[in-house]
Amino acid sequence: MKDVREALMVGRNSEGKLVRRPLSPHLQVYKPQVSSATSIFHRITGVALSAGTILLVLWLVCAASGDSAFSVIQAFLASGIGLLVLFGFTVALFYHFCNGIRHLAWDAGKGFELPDMHRSAKLVAAGTIILTVAFWVIAFVVG
Amino acid sequence: MSKENNPSVHIMRSPLGRARGLGAAKHGAAHWWAERATSVALLPLSLYFVVSVLLLKGADHAAMAAYMAEPWNAVLFLLLIATMFYHVSMGLQVVIEDYVRDDAKRLVTLLVVKGGIWVLALAAAVSVLKLAFS
Repeated sequence: MKDVREALMVGRNSEGKLVRRPLSPHLQVYKPQVSSATSIFHRITGVALSAGTILLVLWLVCAASGDSAFSVIQAFLASGIGLLVLFGFTVALFYHFCNGIRHLAWDAGKGFELPDMHRSAKLVAAGTIILTVAFWVIAFVVG
Repeated sequence: MSKENNPSVHIMRSPLGRARGLGAAKHGAAHWWAERATSVALLPLSLYFVVSVLLLKGADHAAMAAYMAEPWNAVLFLLLIATMFYHVSMGLQVVIEDYVRDDAKRLVTLLVVKGGIWVLALAAAVSVLKLAFS
């Protein structure tokens, strides 16, 4: 055992013999729960949005470099693939936005009871759907 | 980790030294606060960004340039870029620290990702400034 962190997982039993301490069970042994699912999805959407910033930067750089570059990126964003990427972007953004508010409420010490936590998870799901639909309705019906 | 249940420890370090080697929690609170502060700032900024995207849907270059030539739009975009990339940097750092176990690989991954974030943030900010002043 050479890893320092592994050394922390060793204890002595009642006979004084060195034994490996039991590890807590890992993710895959648990039944999916609302708490774990919303948490994992928060992380996944966060990483996806981080990747999505590349598209935002590309859009701004194209705009700064001139007319022809900007019309290329605008045409890409209006294409089928572009719209699919943007749709994923809006779902991730609105989920991370709503669930982020939920996390801020927890940071303030509110909403930890299980029924509250389940209700806020439903609110996050509803908020994500409503905001995403509203965005695309405004984009294509109103605007 | 090997699975034999007959472990022995070869590390010549005291438990205290081991704990110190894991790193004292001196920066954790600042990181935690900055993550929350940027997330609160990003609530209005991301809504502003969404509205901007809707306003600029299908815009040509002239319309985009005119939008960024408005001082408040340039200011809000610069604030968005700074806050967003700071938040991204802290978020990805936590993810990397959780999943990249090997010390050397973790250090390299963190440096590459943070360097990339600086490049992206500066490219975005310079582009906004160029549009704002052109």
